[in-house]
Amino acid sequence: MSEILKTRQALTGNEAFAYAMKQINPDVVAAYPITPATEIVQIFSKYVADGEVDTEFVAVESEHSAMSACIGASAAGARVMTGTSSQGLALMHEMLYIASALRLPIVLAEVNRALSAPINIHCDHSDTMGSRDSGWIQIYCENANEGYHSLIQAVKIAETVNLPVMVTLDGFIISHGMEVVETLDTDAVRQYLGKRKPMYNVLDYENPIMVGPLDLPDYYFEHKRQQIEAMRKAKAVIEEVVTDYNKRFGFDFPVFAEAYRMEDAEYAILVMSSAAGTMKEAVDIMREKGKKVGLVRLKVFRPFPFEVLQELFKNVKAIGVMDRADSVNTMGGPVFNEVRSALYDLNSRPRIMNFVFGLGGRDFPLSDALYIINRVKELKEGKSLDFVEYVGVRE
Amino acid sequence: MKKKGWKELPEGGIIKNVPTSQELKTGSWRTQKPVWDPNKCTNCFLCWLYCPDSAIILREVNGEPKVSGINYDYCKGCGICAEVCPPKVKAIHMEKEEL
Repeated sequence: MSEILKTRQALTGNEAFAYAMKQINPDVVAAYPITPATEIVQIFSKYVADGEVDTEFVAVESEHSAMSACIGASAAGARVMTGTSSQGLALMHEMLYIASALRLPIVLAEVNRALSAPINIHCDHSDTMGSRDSGWIQIYCENANEGYHSLIQAVKIAETVNLPVMVTLDGFIISHGMEVVETLDTDAVRQYLGKRKPMYNVLDYENPIMVGPLDLPDYYFEHKRQQIEAMRKAKAVIEEVVTDYNKRFGFDFPVFAEAYRMEDAEYAILVMSSAAGTMKEAVDIMREKGKKVGLVRLKVFRPFPFEVLQELFKNVKAIGVMDRADSVNTMGGPVFNEVRSALYDLNSRPRIMNFVFGLGGRDFPLSDALYIINRVKELKEGKSLDFVEYVGVRE
Repeated sequence: MKKKGWKELPEGGIIKNVPTSQELKTGSWRTQKPVWDPNKCTNCFLCWLYCPDSAIILREVNGEPKVSGINYDYCKGCGICAEVCPPKVKAIHMEKEEL
C-alpha cells in the first residue's frame, strides 16, 4: 500500500461533515438551514463563496424544496449532496421516497434531533427513524471521525447501487463536540470517488427519457420490486466499499456493526451512535468485575443487517436493545422491534428487552449505562421483566 | 402486448423511447365523432389550435397549411372542434359514434 497522507484535525461533527463535502466537491448542493445541522451548509456555503469547490449552491426556501432541487439535479447526472436535521428531514419526507424510487444517489449529511412537539432541538433518533422506510440507506455514526469517513464512503455506496444514503451524527453531542478527525488528502478523496456515472440523464437530449411518470397498478409493483432488490444488493456494496476503503486508506471501520468485547459474552447490549461510547465504558467496568457482557454497535440500519446480528448474537442468552426513539406503538422502539424480529429464527433464541433512553437530548450518564447492563444480567438470570423500560425519565 | 417483469424493465421507473402516448390510441373512448366538411372549411385553424389531442390533421397544399381531416385514432370525441368552428362556417358537426 502506498503512503496515504492523513492529517489530524480538531473538528466538530458539523465541521467534519462540511469538510468531507468540500473534499467530495459535489456538483450541486441544495439546502436549507436547521439547528443543529445549520453549520454543515453554512460552512460549505463559505467554501462555495471562496471558490474552494466547483459546487452550484442552491439556497432554497424549505427542505421540501431542497430535496426537490437535489432530485432534479441528480436526475440530470450531477453528484448531489445536502444536509438537514429533525423537522427539516420531516419536511423532506415526501421527496425522500421520490429520490429513492427514482434511484438517485443523493447523499444527505443528517444530524439527529428530536421531532416536535414539544419543540426540542436536542438529540434523539425520532427524525431518521421516521424516514426508515423511505428507501434510503441509513448509516448511524458514533463520532465525528466516523461521520467524516462514512460521508465519503456514502458517495461511493450511493453511486454504485443507485440509492440515496443518509449518514447521521448525534445532534449537539457530536455535531457540536470537537474531537480529533483523521482527514484524508483532498486529492486522495477526489481520486477515490472519480466522476459519477449516472444510470440515466434526463438532460441527454439524444436519448430522451421520461422520469417520474404515472405508474398505475400494471407497473408500480414491478418498480417497487426493483427498488427492494437494489436495497438487498446494497448490503454487498456496503461491505465491498467499506472493506476497500479500510484497505486503501488504512482504517478499521466496521461494515454493518461493531462488536465490542463480544468474544465470550453471555449477554449483550445493542446500541447505535454516540451512546456507544458511554456504553463501552460501562462494559469495560463490568468486564473488570468479571461479568461476561459485550456490546454491539449497530451502524447500518437500512438495509437492516439481520444476518450479521443473527451471527453476533447466536451464543448470547440475553440482549438489551437501546432505542433513542420510541415508535409510540406500545411495543418499544424501532431498533428493538427489528432486532427482535431478526433473532426470531435463531435455534436458541435469546431473551431480549428494550431500553428507551435519551429522548429530546436527555443525558445518558454512565450510571444509566451500568443500570442497563445490570438489568440485562437479571434478564439472563431468568428474572421476569417488562419488555420495555424507559431509562432516565422521571416517574 | 405481454407486460415486462421487474427484471426486464428499465430501473428507476423511467420510460425510454418517449413519446409513448402515440402507442395509446384513445379513439376507442369516443361516444360522438366530429365530421368535417372540406367544402365549408375556411382553414381558420381554430379547431387545430383547440384540439386537446392534436387530432386535427393539417397537410401542406401549394406551400400553405390546410385542414385535411380528423385523426380518429386519437380523437376522443370531446366536441371542442365543433364548438369553436365559427357559427357562420359550421364545417364540423358531431354525430353519434356508430359501431
